[in-house]
Amino acid sequence: MFEYAPAPESRSVVDLKPSYGLFVGGEFVEGSGGAFKSVNPATEEVLAEVALADAADVDRAVAVARKAYDEVWSRMPGAERAKYIYRIARIIQERARELAVLESLDNGKPIRESRDVDIPLAAAHFFYYAGWADKLGYANLGPDPKPLGVAGQVIPWNFPLLMLAWKVAPALACGNTVVLKPAETTPLTALLFAEICQQADLPPGVVNILTGAGATGAALVAHPGVDKVAFTGSTEVGRMIAKQVAGTSKKVTLELGGKAANLVFDDAPLEQAIEGIVDGIFFNQGHVCCAGSRLLVQESVAEEVVDRLRERMKTLRVGDPLDKNTDLGAINSAEQLARIRTLTEAGEAEGATRWSPPCELPERGFFFAPTIFTGVSQAHRIAREEIFGPVLSVLTFRTPAEAVEKANNTAYGLSAGVWTDKGSRILWLAQRMRAGVVWANTFNRFDPTSPFGGYKESGYGREGGRHGLEAYLDV
Amino acid sequence: MTAQLALDDAGLRRLLHGLPPVDQVGADARAAKLGTRSIKTTAKAEALDLAVRMVDLTTLEGADTPGKVRALCAKGIRPEPDQPDCPSVAAICVYGDMVETAKAALAGSGVKVAAVATAFPSGRAPLAVKLADTAAAVEAGADEIDMVIDRGAFLAGRYGAVAEEIAAVKEACRTGGHDAHLKVILETGELATYDNVKRASWLAMLSGADFIKTSTGKVSPAATLPVTLLMLESVRDFRAQTGRQVGVKPAGGIRTAKDAIKYLVTVNETAGPDWLDPDWFRFGASSLLNDLLLQRRKLATGVYSGPDYVTVD
Repeated sequence: MFEYAPAPESRSVVDLKPSYGLFVGGEFVEGSGGAFKSVNPATEEVLAEVALADAADVDRAVAVARKAYDEVWSRMPGAERAKYIYRIARIIQERARELAVLESLDNGKPIRESRDVDIPLAAAHFFYYAGWADKLGYANLGPDPKPLGVAGQVIPWNFPLLMLAWKVAPALACGNTVVLKPAETTPLTALLFAEICQQADLPPGVVNILTGAGATGAALVAHPGVDKVAFTGSTEVGRMIAKQVAGTSKKVTLELGGKAANLVFDDAPLEQAIEGIVDGIFFNQGHVCCAGSRLLVQESVAEEVVDRLRERMKTLRVGDPLDKNTDLGAINSAEQLARIRTLTEAGEAEGATRWSPPCELPERGFFFAPTIFTGVSQAHRIAREEIFGPVLSVLTFRTPAEAVEKANNTAYGLSAGVWTDKGSRILWLAQRMRAGVVWANTFNRFDPTSPFGGYKESGYGREGGRHGLEAYLDV
Repeated sequence: MTAQLALDDAGLRRLLHGLPPVDQVGADARAAKLGTRSIKTTAKAEALDLAVRMVDLTTLEGADTPGKVRALCAKGIRPEPDQPDCPSVAAICVYGDMVETAKAALAGSGVKVAAVATAFPSGRAPLAVKLADTAAAVEAGADEIDMVIDRGAFLAGRYGAVAEEIAAVKEACRTGGHDAHLKVILETGELATYDNVKRASWLAMLSGADFIKTSTGKVSPAATLPVTLLMLESVRDFRAQTGRQVGVKPAGGIRTAKDAIKYLVTVNETAGPDWLDPDWFRFGASSLLNDLLLQRRKLATGVYSGPDYVTVD
């Protein structure tokens, strides 16, 4: 067999500091809540110590953001704001390699994904929303939409820089200022982004980054000086936020969990469908809220699809995230790994058949082999709960109506996929799927021009595209 | 899938159009992703040598002379005169009238002679002429015959005619007790759609092809990675269903070692390691070999040498 020698990306492009402060008012400042460590999930080594923001830090950051909003950013003509945002986009491109390596170190995702997906898409979001900054009156949201004020943003650990871009780019384009809290386990690219804001000469206070844990996020969301809350993360935390802001004048968007159905019909382009299934669930180790974690296959081709999928899974390479040939990197944290283990054990206990390709996992770090469960029914926990890991549940259906019924039979509704050669069936299904995005003959495809968001427990509001502006404007 | 299947147009259409369809966007994306594999150090050395062993070193010019063909044969046997560890290529590919020259020049080397036949490259000649062309090349000593399919008949849905022609040429490969290998050129650049590429691949395999080959090199686009990916999927599925293994040969436009390695990665991850052998995978190329040799030297010495350090034959 043709063995691929390791092709590790160099770490030397990243200049890691031993400790990082908070980014408030255009400068790195000390926090008053102590510090925590960010570790590399692939090796468990400590990468850096990061300041923990407490309520006093949140106060300070919101005040600074308010001042920047009142005095500078909201008054600036859109075309001027656009220049800064374009500049940020270009610096992201220039420093793409550095950002990609740092993202893979801190998050555990394979370098081929941070290099080819995360960072280019993050830059694309800044480019796209820079274009809107002076055209807000033409977005069909009213003739003269106004910014909301200070946006408090809390983002997850699965796509640290990309989620930052989804939040920061439209907020700035619309004239808001930002206080953003990155996830506890993945704060480092946000701090590098703070340096990029300095490099772009962004006026002080327009973007503020507070690192910390759940309590920091809660303090930010609850702060009376925040006009808009944007959150991406678990449904559980989303519920707490919704309760917290209920009855206030804050605008809220929530991007929460998912348990997406990926539907394969018997006339599907099978070879591409297999790739779509793989992309759908094994992309980013399955740490994707819109992951296609429930595969629904038409019974007449179910056996063939599963056989082909198993063969394809044997070629997946699991291991060092910095190796350019790695397809699946590390699980982001020990806690997440434990959760995946609990749910997969439940899958076995409930009678589903578990299968993983033979693969050697590294001894250190948090790793989990790509896994599929066959013989899954709608009643199994693994068909209902979000696992947020490289674990696929395979179910079958007999007719299009049954496919729709099973696909919609979930508490979530973020995304769905359909694989068929029939255009009419795609349209028929897209009308019936209760999901924010329905991909046809593709999966996990993101673009700044395309709105993204969910139904039911997957949250509310839309990010991306023209629709994404609405969340940051008073219309 | 047996030879008992009705080889009439309607029967073949039902069979070929019953294959799972191909989504072009997805196929292109898959090929692009395979192209990002990073092959370094020992893996690269292994890949470069394997690629050299898979080259069908080709000259198909109207101006070909015995001298040119003999020079090419010498290079094919010993691509790097000062490096005895450098393997020979798989075959020398020439027009039918050059087979005897090539055969003599390659005697005892193990390098095969491949001849293009059947009114290459257009294929627009009566069947009798095509068969005579094939038989002449085989009698002259060709080990392998590269035939072109009748694209006009294929595009018109006359699958039976295409199948019969391939079967007849395969028969002509056995002229005079020989048993030349048959490579069937689909000329994928003229087939227009990926569904057609897949159907033509199956049609050729069902009709007796030992190899399926992308292109003549005379039509653009010639070999592409997505088309080769589809053909590799087809041979893999064909073996799974019939037990018979068929080879794949991308030809035309593959000029760099980097590209060749992308093809090898695609073979490895699609059809599987069973195809990573000159018996089952070939590159039809004229200029690829020199880049493989330059990269081979770079790997051995750590520095790039110029084009003057490899021969121009």
